[in-house]
Amino acid sequence: MQADTTPTDTTQSAANHTLDPDQLRGDFPILQRTTASGAPLAFLDNAASAQRPQSVIDAISDCYQRYYANVHRGIHTLSEESTAAYESARETTRKFIAAASRAEVVFAAGTTAAINTVARSWGGQHLGKDDVVLLTIAEHHANIVPWHQLSQRTGCRVEFLPLRDDFTIDTAVVAEKLESLRPKLFSFMSASNVLGTNFPVAQWTAMAHDAGAAVLVDAAQGAPHQAIDVQKWGADFVVFSGHKACGPTGIGVLYGKEALLDAMPPFLGGGGMIDRVTTTGFTSAAPPEKFEAGTPPITEAIGLAAAMDYLQAVGLDKIEQHEHRLCSVADAALRDIEGVEILGPTADKKGGIVSFTMAGIHAHDIAQWLDTRGIAVRAGHHCAMPLHESLGKTASARASFYLYNTLEEVDRFVEAVQEARQKFARGNRQRRRRTSQQ
Amino acid sequence: MPNEQDIYEDHVLDHYEDPYHRGDLETATHMDEGKNPLCGDVIQISLRLAPDGTIQEAWFDGEGCVISQASASMLTEKIEGKTVEEAKAFTANEMLDLFGPQLTPNRQKCCLLSWRVMQSALHSPIDDGADDDAGPSFGGPSLSEES
Repeated sequence: MQADTTPTDTTQSAANHTLDPDQLRGDFPILQRTTASGAPLAFLDNAASAQRPQSVIDAISDCYQRYYANVHRGIHTLSEESTAAYESARETTRKFIAAASRAEVVFAAGTTAAINTVARSWGGQHLGKDDVVLLTIAEHHANIVPWHQLSQRTGCRVEFLPLRDDFTIDTAVVAEKLESLRPKLFSFMSASNVLGTNFPVAQWTAMAHDAGAAVLVDAAQGAPHQAIDVQKWGADFVVFSGHKACGPTGIGVLYGKEALLDAMPPFLGGGGMIDRVTTTGFTSAAPPEKFEAGTPPITEAIGLAAAMDYLQAVGLDKIEQHEHRLCSVADAALRDIEGVEILGPTADKKGGIVSFTMAGIHAHDIAQWLDTRGIAVRAGHHCAMPLHESLGKTASARASFYLYNTLEEVDRFVEAVQEARQKFARGNRQRRRRTSQQ
Repeated sequence: MPNEQDIYEDHVLDHYEDPYHRGDLETATHMDEGKNPLCGDVIQISLRLAPDGTIQEAWFDGEGCVISQASASMLTEKIEGKTVEEAKAFTANEMLDLFGPQLTPNRQKCCLLSWRVMQSALHSPIDDGADDDAGPSFGGPSLSEES
């Protein structure tokens, strides 16, 4: 019942180590369209949400057309088939992140829901008054606000690791803060959605464990772009969203070590997460069902599995290399434009994201101008206000690359940024004077 | 089909680069400031109202995108010389018309920032003696709630 997920180019490019984005683009119907200005679309807003290949669209539509029913509860053909597909999606996900067992793979609504689940359940159980949650200043709001909320409930404290001048985080400072603050939890992103930096997940996790802290890794910008192995990382929790990885919206993954998930109280209560319910109480099901109250995101899970199949068929190592190449070219070209300031380290320390500001030009005007050239970028604070505040910026523009982006699109992007500079540079414009002026 | 390039037509960029009455108004009687937290646009409007209820001077200051700054320039130019009642009656749609190029809903917020601040400034005397007509309360939603 699975749709064909073979990308069109694998037989060609499997022979060498690079992928051919021009061939992959044929798998993504939306990339054929033009934008409001009539220019062909160059979609460089992948860190916000990526696009879907036909195989993912087909997998979702196939489920609705042929075998959809609720899972885990119907004794009939469609429910059996849907349940098999849903559990098969869990197995695909387990392999995708190299988790040890199905119990460790919880489907959540997304990264945000997954972090909130950990904060409410594990956090509520373990983080009391004056206990410390250590974050990096680079975190997006999904990995800040749930901890602020927990702090309001339990009196725990939220502390932040600072950035160095080169936009990296000093591992020596990580060690020092782990020692001086003795956090109970170290929660950090595997890759920054603004700076583009890849953080040393396995190293920081081992350091945190040595200092007695549990570790949550927010892999929202990691899992879609590189092969991940949660057991090699060693983290207690790993979370990410489907929609940034060519999958549907409304689904994400909460990985947790089985012993931890076993010992945690359920967060949302309802059908599906129980073992037994009486008029006076209930007992929980075992994980992962314990954390999947209500009808789960069935077609979303099936679509996510199709996306994972697609990404793996292309090859996550190739995707990572390809994005890095595009980012390196864009980063170097932007640094050559007068007035451009890159928010992030040099390209050798990042994946596929480059954020920047231009002197005298608001990020929204950059983005609006780029849109006239068919180029979609993000402008704003990218859900990372504390980071922007720490950098003294209210907003930045961001280009984020994925497997289907091309060097030609990078050239168009750089050219349009140069145009924006000319368009908005202050020259000798004069407003027409008011005729009735006294 | 809207052509977004037209947003930055010469009329708009002229106001952005050569704004009307940008800066402080030391003799202001009414003043307010607002921002669009999503963009980081900030606008301050300072007004000097005459006892007869005319807006003798209107100034703005702030920072942000072309649309927020150019529209503030257009607005201060427009309302100067009008009565308070005329300024209060100046609607959001009239503000969008004054700006000119068609804006998507997201960018309309940038354009209407100065208009909202102007409306609340009319109700925000700097000291009590300056104008007792409006009173201190402004019943509309705060700017941050709008975004």
